[in-house]
Amino acid sequence: MTTTKYDPRILKAPHPVPGAPDNWKRFFSFNTDAKVIGIQYIATSLFFLLVGGLLAMIVRGELITPPADLVDPSVYNGLYTMHGTVMLFLFLFPILNGFNNLLIPTMIGAPDMAFPKLNAAAFWLVPVFAAVLMGSFFAPGGPASSGWWSYPPMSLQNPLGHFINGEFLWILAVALSGISSIMGAVNFVTTIIRMRAPGMTFFRMPLFVWTAWAAQTIQLIGLPALTGGAVMLLFDLSFGTSFFRPEGGGDPVLFQHFFWFYSHPAVYVLVLPVFGIFSELFPVYARKPLFGYRFVAIASFGITFLSLIVWAHHMFYTGTPNWMRHIFMFTTMLIAVPTGVKVFAWLGTLWQGNLRLNTPMLFCLGGLFNFIFAGITGVMLATVPIDIHVGNTAFVVAHFHYVIFNTIGFGVFAGIYHWFPKFTGRMYYEGLGKVHFVLTFIGATLNWLPLHWAGLLGMPRRVASYDPEFAIWNVLGSIGAFMLGVASIPFILNIVSSWARGPKAPPNPWRAIGLEWLLPSPPPAENFEDDIPTVISEPYGYGLGHPLVEDEEFYVRRSLEA
Amino acid sequence: MTTTAPKKSPNIGAIVVITIAVAINLVIAKLMATWSYSWFPPQASSAASYVDDLFALETGIGSFIFFGCTGVMGWVLLFNRAGKYDESDGAPIEGNTKLEIVWTIIPLVTVFVIATYTMNVNMKLQTLGPKHKYVIGTDPTALMEADPMADVGPIDVIARQWSWEFIYPNGVRSSELHLPIDQRVNFRLISEDVLHSFFVPAFRLKQDIIPGSIISYSLTPTKEGRFRLRDAMFSGAYFSQNQTDVIVESEEAYGDWLKATAKKPLQPGLDPGRPLYDRRIARGDKGWATVPPAPAPMVNDPGDPSIPHDA
Repeated sequence: MTTTKYDPRILKAPHPVPGAPDNWKRFFSFNTDAKVIGIQYIATSLFFLLVGGLLAMIVRGELITPPADLVDPSVYNGLYTMHGTVMLFLFLFPILNGFNNLLIPTMIGAPDMAFPKLNAAAFWLVPVFAAVLMGSFFAPGGPASSGWWSYPPMSLQNPLGHFINGEFLWILAVALSGISSIMGAVNFVTTIIRMRAPGMTFFRMPLFVWTAWAAQTIQLIGLPALTGGAVMLLFDLSFGTSFFRPEGGGDPVLFQHFFWFYSHPAVYVLVLPVFGIFSELFPVYARKPLFGYRFVAIASFGITFLSLIVWAHHMFYTGTPNWMRHIFMFTTMLIAVPTGVKVFAWLGTLWQGNLRLNTPMLFCLGGLFNFIFAGITGVMLATVPIDIHVGNTAFVVAHFHYVIFNTIGFGVFAGIYHWFPKFTGRMYYEGLGKVHFVLTFIGATLNWLPLHWAGLLGMPRRVASYDPEFAIWNVLGSIGAFMLGVASIPFILNIVSSWARGPKAPPNPWRAIGLEWLLPSPPPAENFEDDIPTVISEPYGYGLGHPLVEDEEFYVRRSLEA
Repeated sequence: MTTTAPKKSPNIGAIVVITIAVAINLVIAKLMATWSYSWFPPQASSAASYVDDLFALETGIGSFIFFGCTGVMGWVLLFNRAGKYDESDGAPIEGNTKLEIVWTIIPLVTVFVIATYTMNVNMKLQTLGPKHKYVIGTDPTALMEADPMADVGPIDVIARQWSWEFIYPNGVRSSELHLPIDQRVNFRLISEDVLHSFFVPAFRLKQDIIPGSIISYSLTPTKEGRFRLRDAMFSGAYFSQNQTDVIVESEEAYGDWLKATAKKPLQPGLDPGRPLYDRRIARGDKGWATVPPAPAPMVNDPGDPSIPHDA
């Protein structure tokens, strides 16, 4: 390992620094190394993927038969609420922040984040609000059970009248999560703007960095609205105000504006980095430059801009007047244009490539396949009359799981496998990886494809019981969900055993082009330390035969010697 | 996806393959659009055919795009895989500005066409009337002017945790919604507790009901039968029980029903959440907290939930 190669200045640094890179205790401390924080984020969020998945399987267990017979309906409502909350705030947001931590500094050649302590503080808020959220299972009356939208007045009903109740803890956890995300966003955006290696102009930045930047910009603009809305909701719940209580003159629909102004763009906060992962991986495994790199980069900010002006498409049936529906229908549909640019660019990248179908590539291809489908049902949902029929039905559940699991989840798995050797220094087992992919792809398709038909036939979402005509679609969906549970076994087995005793990884096992691949595996604490490379060309120069950085041989040799 | 054609001279083989592929894709898209009509419940309101036509159009366009894109993926998976020890690079194509502009403009035009078509459909439906805020506890119905285009109504639709109540212009109250066929009916949607949603899948229509607001809503049923009305906005513990039936009948039958029902005394109406709540109480109030169901509405005709619905 790299213990002896340590820069002595780091060991003298006033902030806590690991004694040695293979000291496992650093993962449980207030460590300021972005790579340690990245792994902390990813490990924590994978644990909560299991928690959220377990909740989902109870929900799907209830839905495998038409009547409400597995758990009490009040328990079902709490379980699906917590499933959504855990998956969003404790799995997806943290795991993508994990990628941001691992990849942004190494890809732009920075030694660390701009604000390492803020970075560590942002991470350590995650276990804090995770404890608050998990603790709410033991609150009197059980956890929050009004869905992850938490629409008032239902969310304000507080049947037992206790001051500390599930909804109270839920709002607290969401607000803390928002604070953590804003801290992270300040850090990521500053790092990207200020700490790029010499020669790395914006149009030489890897796509993942572009998309992370576009996504974190949304966090900075949108999160204050949600946090403000959450604080008002908390005051209505606990301190007798009437922002959203109709009996006090408040307007419940107002909350929906605050909520969706952030929570629709939030989907793009999640999906943009996954577009970044697709854009990184397709060139590597197709051995071709990314088709239309600049177009794809700019399209990221096109999505950012449009994402901020579409929120009312979640409110087509709340009494929104027609003129407003039409405006939001247009803006929503326009998002198809920059996302279309990206999809076509990925297909152009694959075209005439030399495809290597290992696990990360399979997850990318599966994710792209699912995303094309999700994009089409997304345009359907944007058209007002269709949305009025299928809105709030299983069709929407199917659509957004196609985005959030079948696209974003697949991209996350692809990213984990692709960068696993880089940041753990070990290779994963390809066979187990492929088993994981096959089970995940079949399970996910079986889980959510049939639910589109249940929704078209009129099955509402969030129901604990349903009319027997929807049974066939739900039985298929539940089988798929249980298969996804089984799929986690090869994944866990692979990650744990590979990290413990997998074969040692070379610095660049995929023959990829990018600054992170010029570092040893795993990279030392301050990445390039004193020898930050000078970037001289655009990324993804596969087959073009020109080097990425000045004196590339030196970095390759050094990474091999480490 | 026309990147196959090399620049120099037209490649006849590639053009033939692409033409055949596009033709097959068009046929599949048409088949999918036709098939999509069977994915819906029967068309029971004047809005339904518009919605289904629009959905078929989008299914057609969507299928063409989906099979086009995934067809390209299938092609590269078949013909562009690297051999086991092949470490060579692919064709070093960095982009093609013309092509990139084309695939920006084509989706732009497509979504504008769909959006414009949808706007026209939307203007024709004209279901949503005005919405007025009121203070809970006062009578909101005085605030609402009648829909001048409506033949029947206004019928008050009151949603509660967890029951439905319908009050007809002659004062009759029921737990199932009776409507005459081919008449435009106007509703006043009212909730006094939480958000609900008036959703009849066979009508393809849905409107949220917002406490503190009264909403005027109109529709025209076009098919006789018994259709399911489902609360579609999550409303708490027994949300999934909060369903009833809409009975669309001939004008005569509707008139007869109104007359006959007016003579019946008020009695407790359907209260579908109650049996589950009673069972919960009998088992020692286990489970997570919930408000108790609102008392059953007092109606002239409680209906019969044991009759199977058509859709």
